Amino acid sequence: MSYLENNLKTIPTGPTKILFLNWPLIFLLTAVAGAGFLMLYSVAGGNLETWAEPQMKRFGVGIVAMIAVGMTPIWFWRNVSGVIYTVALLLLLAVEFFGDIGMGAQRWLDLGPVRLQPSEIMKIGLVMLLAAYYDWLPTEKVSSPIWVLVPVTLILMPTFLVLTQPDLGTAVMLTLGGGFVMFAAGVSLWYFGTVIALIVGLVATVLESRGTSWQLLHDYQFKRIDTFLDPAADPLGAGYNIMQAQIALGSGGWSGRGFMQGTQSHLNFLPEKHTDFIFTTLAEEFGFIGAFGLLTLYAGIIAFATYTALSTKDRYASLVSLGVAGTFFFFFAINMGMVMGLMPVVGVPLPMVSYGGTAMMILLAAFGLVQSAHVHRPR
Amino acid sequence: MLKGLRQRNQANAQASRTSITRRTLMLGGAQVAVVAALGLRMRHMQLERADEFRMLADGNSIKIRLIPPARGLIYDRNGLLLAGNEQNYRVTMTREDAEDVPGELAALRRLIPMTDEEAAALLEEIDRRPANAPITLADRLSWEQFCSVSINTPALPGISPEVGLSRHYPHGADFAHVLGYVGPVSDYDLSKLENPDPLLRIPRFQLGKSGIEAKLEDELRGKAGQRRVEVNSAGREMRELSRREGDPGVALQLTLDARLQNFAMQRLAGESAATVVMDVTNGDIMAIASAPSFDPNLFVRGISGADYTALMENDHRPLADKTVQGVYPPGSTFKLVTLLAALEAGVIGPEETVYCPGYVTVGGRRFNCWKHSGHGRVNSVFSLEQSCDSYYYEVSQRVGIEAIAAMAKRLGIGVKHDLPMSAVAEGNAPTKDWKLKRYGKDWLIGDTINASIGQGYVLASPLQLAVMASRVASGRAIAPRLVRARDGVEVPAPEASALDIDPRHLAVARRGMWAVVNGSHGTAGGSKVVAEEWLMAGKTGTSQVRSAVVNNKAVPWIQRDHALFICFAPFDAPKYAVALIVEHGGGGSAAAAPIARDILLFALAGGLPPLSAYPSAQRETIKTRFEALDLIDPAQFAAPTRGRA
Repeated sequence: MSYLENNLKTIPTGPTKILFLNWPLIFLLTAVAGAGFLMLYSVAGGNLETWAEPQMKRFGVGIVAMIAVGMTPIWFWRNVSGVIYTVALLLLLAVEFFGDIGMGAQRWLDLGPVRLQPSEIMKIGLVMLLAAYYDWLPTEKVSSPIWVLVPVTLILMPTFLVLTQPDLGTAVMLTLGGGFVMFAAGVSLWYFGTVIALIVGLVATVLESRGTSWQLLHDYQFKRIDTFLDPAADPLGAGYNIMQAQIALGSGGWSGRGFMQGTQSHLNFLPEKHTDFIFTTLAEEFGFIGAFGLLTLYAGIIAFATYTALSTKDRYASLVSLGVAGTFFFFFAINMGMVMGLMPVVGVPLPMVSYGGTAMMILLAAFGLVQSAHVHRPR
Repeated sequence: MLKGLRQRNQANAQASRTSITRRTLMLGGAQVAVVAALGLRMRHMQLERADEFRMLADGNSIKIRLIPPARGLIYDRNGLLLAGNEQNYRVTMTREDAEDVPGELAALRRLIPMTDEEAAALLEEIDRRPANAPITLADRLSWEQFCSVSINTPALPGISPEVGLSRHYPHGADFAHVLGYVGPVSDYDLSKLENPDPLLRIPRFQLGKSGIEAKLEDELRGKAGQRRVEVNSAGREMRELSRREGDPGVALQLTLDARLQNFAMQRLAGESAATVVMDVTNGDIMAIASAPSFDPNLFVRGISGADYTALMENDHRPLADKTVQGVYPPGSTFKLVTLLAALEAGVIGPEETVYCPGYVTVGGRRFNCWKHSGHGRVNSVFSLEQSCDSYYYEVSQRVGIEAIAAMAKRLGIGVKHDLPMSAVAEGNAPTKDWKLKRYGKDWLIGDTINASIGQGYVLASPLQLAVMASRVASGRAIAPRLVRARDGVEVPAPEASALDIDPRHLAVARRGMWAVVNGSHGTAGGSKVVAEEWLMAGKTGTSQVRSAVVNNKAVPWIQRDHALFICFAPFDAPKYAVALIVEHGGGGSAAAAPIARDILLFALAGGLPPLSAYPSAQRETIKTRFEALDLIDPAQFAAPTRGRA
C-alpha cells in the first residue's frame, strides 16, 4: 500500500490527466530529439531516409508510449517492476544463447518484426525493481549488510550477463544506474566510499605493476591506457578515433561551420558518426553555442525529472524518477566525456540523439514513469 | 488496522522524503559539477583551442620549429667585441615541398650566381638528405639578392628565404687560435654526442669547432626557443601560433686585451712565433698570440679548397696554436728550474761558485758551454746573467733529475693547465721512470745534463713558460685563466697560494733575471728598459733543433735554433710576465727579447710605449718600427651593448 493510494482524492482521473503531465519535460525531450534528427540528416549527407526518418517514426511511437505510461498510475508500475526486471533478465540470457551479432558483440534478439536489445530494457527494469525494493524495505534497514547485498546481487546479475556479450558501456551504465538508486535510497555512504576506495586502489595497483615482475595487465592493455591519457601519442593507431573526434569538435569554434558544413564528419574521418560520435558532428557544425545548448537541454531534463522526484511523497515514485534521471545523466555525461577526451572510449550513445530506435523508445517509456509519478502525486 | 497502516505509512513517508531530499541534493550537486566540467571542456576545446583544431581539420598541420638562440657574444677585458653575430640572408630548400628540384634550382641560379659545380653539389646534397630537411642553397646573400628571391618565392615552392645569425669575428686573424671558430654541424660531430641537442639537427647550425668556441660550446650555445607554426599542404608557413624565445648563450668576457693582442700579433708578423702575456698578480692571460694566423671567418663561411691548401702547406703552420699546443725544448729559460732545484736541495749556495773552463767532461763525454773560452768562476746570479752552461752541467749532477722534474712541475712545466683552449699540451718534465716507460731505457747522466739547460727530453709550451715566469716573479702558484666574467658576473680569480719554494731562492732567481737584462754582461743587455718604474727582468733561451751548434745564418730556416725569452716587469713590483718564442729565430737575445720587451711595455703602458722607456740609442729604430705597425682603433670594436645582446 503506497502513500498515494490513500490520498486518491487529490489525484486527477481519466483523460484530464493529460493536462497534468510534466509538459516542460516533454518539450525538452522533443527539442533534444529534434537536434538529433537534424544531425542524423546532416551526417547522412542530406538524406532523410537513411537515419533521420526511421528515428522520427520511433520518436513518435516513443512519445505515445511515454504518455501512455504516464497516464497509468504509478503504483501499477511499482507492482510490475519485478516482472519487467525478470523478463529483461530472461531476455539477456536468451541473447546469450540465441542473440544476433552486431558490431562485434551479441546484443540483439530478433523477435520476428521487432529486434530487441534486452540490455536497454534492463537499464530501466533494474531501476524500477530497485525503486520498488526500497519502497518495500523499511527505511531503517537500508544500510544493514544483508539488505545491501540483495540490490547488489540484483545489479551484478545483469551486469555480468552484459559483460559477457561483451558490452562494457552498458555494464558500466547498469552499475552506475543501480548504484545511483541505492545512493538516493539512503544506503550508508560508507559502502560507496569503500567501493570507490577499492576501485582506486585496484587501478593504482594495476598501474604500479607496470614493468615489474608481477605486472597485472598485458603490455598492449597498458598501451591503451596510454592512448587514453594522451591520444596524440598514437594518432594513427588506437588514438585515431579520439583524435579525429577532438579535431572535429574543437574545429567548431564559437558558432560552428554551419549546418551540413562539417568537414570532418562528411569526409568520413569520424568513426560511428551517426551513433556514439554524433556529438562531434553537432559540435563541429553548431559550434560551442550548439554543444553548450544541448548540454543545457540535458541539464534541464535532469532538473525537471528531479523536481518531479522531490515533489512526490511516494517513495517508489521518487526513486524511480531519480533512477531514470540518473541513467539519462550517465548516458550523456559518459558520451560527452568520452568524445571530448575526458574518459576512455566506451560504447555509450548520446541519449535521444544517437541513431538507435530501441534505445530511444525505451528511454521515452522510462520518462513515462517520471510522467506517471508527476501526474499521480498529491496536490 | 487500516488507520494504523496509514499512520505507519505517513511516518515512513516523512522519513523517506527527508532522506531522499538530502541524497538528491548530494547527487544534484555532483551532477552540476559534472555538467560544469563538460561545459568547461567544451569551452576549452571549442573556444580556446579552436584555431588549432580548425587548422588540423582543414588538412593543414602544425609544426614545431626551433628558434636558434643567439650565440653568446665574446668580449675582451675592456668590452671590445671579439666574437659577434651578424645577420645572414640565405635561401633554403625543402625537397618534400618542392615540385621540380632541378628546375627550381636553375631558376634560382638566374637570381643568385652559382657555379655549375656548386649547383651539382647542392643537387647531390638535396638527394642525400631527408626529404623534410631544409638544405641551405645559398647564404650570405646581399640584400638585393635576398629581395629578388623573396619576390619570386610564389614561383619556387619549397624554397624559402630566411634570415639567420652567423658568427663573425671582427678581429679576424688576431684571435683565431684562442677563440677558435664555429662551423656547420657535421655528421661526425653528431656521432660523437650521446644525446645531441635538437638544435644540432638544424642544417648548418653553427657549432664551436676549436678553441674557446668549442670548449665552452655548452655555455655559448644557449637554449633553443620554439615556434608552433601552421604549415599549409605546400609546406609554406601560414602563420605563427605561438612563440617562445630561447635563451641566448652566455656572454663571455675574457681576460684578453684586444689591443695588446693586436700589438703582439703585429710584432710577431713575419715570424713563426708565439707569445703569452700574463698578469702575474691573478693569472689573467692578457694576450695569447700565435703567428702566423688565419682568418676564422673563412672557416665560418666554409673555406675554399685553395685557401685551405695554402694554410696547410705554409711551413710556418698558421693553423697550429703554438702558444698552448706547441711544445719546445725551453733551452736556457729552464735554467731557472735547475737553479731553484739545486738551491733548494742545498747542493750549492747562492754565492758558491763553479769553475767554467768552457766545457765539462762527464763519463768520458765532453759537454760544451756555449762560450768555448769559458766563464771562469761563476756563481748563481752570474750563471743566469751569462747563461753559463757549465754551471748547470755541474749542479744538475749534484741535485739529480728527480728534483729538477719536481721543481719544473711546481713552476708549471710538465703540467696540463686548465684553459678552455684546444689541445692544451702537457709538455714534459722528464724523470727516470718516464724514460723507462716511454723508451724502455735507463736514464743516463747525460740526459740529466741535457735537461739541466732545457734540452733533451724537456719540453714546454709558451704558456707554461709564461706561468713559470709569473710564479718566479710573484712567488705564488699563479694559474692561468681566460674567462673574466659570464653574463656580466665576474668570475673570481682563483686564490693563488704562496709557492712552496724558499723566497730567498726565488729572490736569487729574480736577481739573476734582472742581471740578464740589466747586468753589464747580461745576455739580453740589448733589450734593456730604461724607464725606472718599468725595469724588466728576463731570461733568454736558445733551443737547439739539431745537435750540433753551427752558424744559424748558414743553415736553412727550418734547421735554425728556436729563440726564447721570458720576462717580467716592473722588477720591484711585478705586474706582467711575457713568454715568447720565435721558431727558428736564432738566438733568444737577438730574436725574441726585443719583441717580448715591446709587448711587455705595451701591456704596462696600456698602449704604445713611450720611446723614453727605451735606451736612447734604440729610440729611432723603435720609432720607425712602431710607425710601420697598423694597429686597431678600439672605437671600431666597441660593442653596441655590454652583456647579453
